[in-house]
Amino acid sequence: MTAFTATVTVRLKRGVLDPEAETTQRSLERLGFELDDLRSADVFELDLDAESADDAADRAEEMAERLLANPTIHDYDVEVDPAE
Amino acid sequence: MVTVTIAVIQFGGSNCDRDSVQALESLGLDAELAWHEDGLPEDVDGIVLPGGFSYGDYLRAGAMAARSPIMAEVREAASEGTPVLGICNGAQIGCESSLTPGAFTTNESARFQCEHVHLRVENADTPWTSHYDEGEVVELPIAHGEGRYEITDDRLDELEADDRILFRYCDADGNVTPEANPNGSKHSVAGVTGENDHVAVMMPHPERATLSDLGRTDGQGVLRGFAE
Repeated sequence: MTAFTATVTVRLKRGVLDPEAETTQRSLERLGFELDDLRSADVFELDLDAESADDAADRAEEMAERLLANPTIHDYDVEVDPAE
Repeated sequence: MVTVTIAVIQFGGSNCDRDSVQALESLGLDAELAWHEDGLPEDVDGIVLPGGFSYGDYLRAGAMAARSPIMAEVREAASEGTPVLGICNGAQIGCESSLTPGAFTTNESARFQCEHVHLRVENADTPWTSHYDEGEVVELPIAHGEGRYEITDDRLDELEADDRILFRYCDADGNVTPEANPNGSKHSVAGVTGENDHVAVMMPHPERATLSDLGRTDGQGVLRGFAE
């Protein structure tokens, strides 16, 4: 078994309104920054022992499917790295 | 008279549980609180998923409660025909647990909103709306930060075609307009039914508009659905 860190990033599907991101963007613009768009996302870092990186990714994906993301409104991606 | 016992499920952070029991009892219905860790009581004739902030609304409102063991029992009871009504946080739990389609997410305003709204009865042929007329306008309170109904366009088309929209937000005259939509819900949807109409969820609070001491009683008709 090897120690991995799986990073699950959960974001709203394109086209789903993100009022918090819009508010954040407006605040940045009030501070004088120029930007075309701002998207927010939730990032979960999961430390786990697995046989392989693929195994770790499969498990992280199942966690995303079952709880971390809501498939009605979210897309997610999983990245696996050796634990630091 | 047949006694109908309705279980009002308490999660950590539920806060409309006692209100729901009181409102149901005021209508002559037998209601009891059921702590989620104790499991679903036997022989219940109805289930309320009450409002509140279960699990602190962590991750997404309703996400944790939807995956607690009692919800497997609720889904099983629902599949066997037991009426289930999710109100506010209970509606979020209902959608998160796939009892009902879609999702309730952050209000367009990105703020918690606590106000009275008007709703148009879209389908008066369900247990929850049979005490109203189709097109009737009722007034109920809302109190939520994550009440914006989201669903894919295709799924929403299907729900509308199958007459599964219970209520839409509207103005006092029953016009469904963007101005009368308090939270940016898609097509102003405020409540929907599950695959069968004995399962339903809604963001507005019928139990807060049931006791005559508190003013309007427009919500009584929804709760009377348990007596159908």
